[in-house]
Amino acid sequence: MVIFYGYGMEKIAVKNLYKIFGPDPEIALKLLEKGESKETIYEKNGLTVGVQNANFTVNRGEIFVVMGLSGSGKSTLVRLINRLIEPTSGEVLVDGEDVIKMNRAELVNFRRKKTGMVFQSFALMPHLSVLDNTCFGLELDGIAKGQRVERAMDALKQVGLDGWEKAYPEELSGGMQQRVGLARGLAVDPDIMLMDEAFSALDPLIRTEMQDELLKLQDRHERTIVFISHDLDEALRIGDKIAIMEGGRIVQVGTPEDILQNPADNYVRAFFRGVDPTGVISAGDIVRDNQPTVIWHTPEGSTRATLEMLNNLDREFAYVLDSEHRFFGIVSTDSLLDLLEREPGKTRIEAAFIQQGKPVQESECLQDILPLVASHSWPIPVVTEGNVYRGVVSKNRFLRTLYRAENDRQKI
Amino acid sequence: MLSFEEQVIPLDGWITQFIDWLVDGYRWFFQIIKWPVELTLSSLDNGLLAIPPLLIILAFCLIAWRVSGLRLTIFSFAALTFIGLLGLWEDTMITLAMVFCSVIFCTIVGVPLGICAGRSDRFDALLRPCLDAMQTTPAFVYLVPIVMLFSVGNVAGVLATIVFALPPIIRLTSLGLRQVHPELVEAALAFGATNWQVLRKVQVPLALPTIMAGLNQTIMMALSMVVIAALIGAGGLGAPVVLGLNSLDIGLATIGGLAIVLMAIVLDRITQSMGTQKKN
Repeated sequence: MVIFYGYGMEKIAVKNLYKIFGPDPEIALKLLEKGESKETIYEKNGLTVGVQNANFTVNRGEIFVVMGLSGSGKSTLVRLINRLIEPTSGEVLVDGEDVIKMNRAELVNFRRKKTGMVFQSFALMPHLSVLDNTCFGLELDGIAKGQRVERAMDALKQVGLDGWEKAYPEELSGGMQQRVGLARGLAVDPDIMLMDEAFSALDPLIRTEMQDELLKLQDRHERTIVFISHDLDEALRIGDKIAIMEGGRIVQVGTPEDILQNPADNYVRAFFRGVDPTGVISAGDIVRDNQPTVIWHTPEGSTRATLEMLNNLDREFAYVLDSEHRFFGIVSTDSLLDLLEREPGKTRIEAAFIQQGKPVQESECLQDILPLVASHSWPIPVVTEGNVYRGVVSKNRFLRTLYRAENDRQKI
Repeated sequence: MLSFEEQVIPLDGWITQFIDWLVDGYRWFFQIIKWPVELTLSSLDNGLLAIPPLLIILAFCLIAWRVSGLRLTIFSFAALTFIGLLGLWEDTMITLAMVFCSVIFCTIVGVPLGICAGRSDRFDALLRPCLDAMQTTPAFVYLVPIVMLFSVGNVAGVLATIVFALPPIIRLTSLGLRQVHPELVEAALAFGATNWQVLRKVQVPLALPTIMAGLNQTIMMALSMVVIAALIGAGGLGAPVVLGLNSLDIGLATIGGLAIVLMAIVLDRITQSMGTQKKN
């Protein structure tokens, strides 16, 4: 893992951030300190508390989803990060620099170089072509024409819109318009993408498609993304971390599994009602490394030794790995005995591999691995992206996880 | 007791005194204001009169062809030729010069004021009553001070026209800017636009059709001032109307009026098509 000097993995750190709408926000700040509620402040002083004491950090390359119902302050929060809305107090540190202390010119420069934004309503310029819309940020920054066209075309290609550059936004469908919105954000090549309900206006099928598109883009080039959403499935699908907002406060921050397994309060629980835990918990979350493993190092000689080991341990299956712990295959006492009986001379262990003994990826969710777990007698091996063996998911473990999740849901 | 027969505020007297004081002490200042208008007007005037009528008709037809189509082209050709055949060509060119001149100054003054009003609620609130006053005060009321300050003639006519025709372009520029969707402004800001860039790259281009509608209104109002301007010695198509009125020459007044109407239709259609032109 690459460690960045100075501020480690932290890209954005928000500290004690407040936004109060109204003519005299200081009063509300003092009342909030005294513990007055948002509602009483609104009734007594007519001031609206938009965001109240927000604290969180977003790591480099992370998709940070801020979730909440409408009016929970999530759209305000994202605008406080690039100061489209002026915060009342607090700090927004990006790469260790406080955005709130920046002067006008520094802020303009920060917005041009470091951030891109995608809006729920697309906010494309109707008088500009797709290409000119994509160029927009670059043009503001005074990039020379040739270069900005090149970068914009590249961004359009990334979102699959090459060939549409001469069209006007009104001629495109909603999904395509938002691709232009995305391309406009990508063209400036920002470290941070702020996405305000970027896919909420799209119909469900297109929305899923766009989420996949975003994850694919993220694979190619890791950006720090702050994604505002009111859609739980979306949050769980794309979020590395999720913050849940209610009434201007952040009530919980955590990974999707954290939040699902230990909801902070009833508000959070209410969000997850009706969510199928098998779609959220992944194989990597419940993997156990408790099975015998065999390191395959020479082409010959390990068959008998493995059988001996299994008999000694009184186990049925062994997992064969190479010297770098990459998964190779599964053998059982039966398959080993079978091999020795059939061809006593041949001792290559590969010949004893169980035919269907395939591993699953650690990122695959329980839903995806259920058929495998159910249909095979051996615990299913789990590997990382690089095929490195991490352990297994047994039937027993799988069922216990389901049982616990089901119990949690019933408690809600 | 309040008796309106004895207790009267002598506002009329004060105003007379004020104008007299202005004329005595500050006439030089108004002469300076007059200078650029005079220069613009005389160059437009001389220019239009120097160009052969056929060329001007062709130029109009070309513009009509570019912004609209065949129908407007034919209509412009017919209308202008007809005006020429009425023997009013020279008067028409003087009127055209006066209208153009007032519209130029209305645009120079009006668009920036409209932009300010569109971007600042306070400025808008301040400007609004002034615009209301400019539009509702009968022109005859300010004709006298204008004559006193700027003397009679075409330039005074243009200045009176500017006062009358300025409000629509200010109002519609302001309206156009306010109609730009706030999310587009927000998007521009999010990508690091300065205030000036927001104005130049988002607000003005998107407000342009509305600003053009304002320009169209300003041209129409400038044309409608032609007759009134003739009362203070301005030439052009208003002159035959006023002359006809004074000498009860119905025929003369009517052909003057007819030429004004034809001119108005041609200018209106052309500027309207400019405002609604497609981007492709």
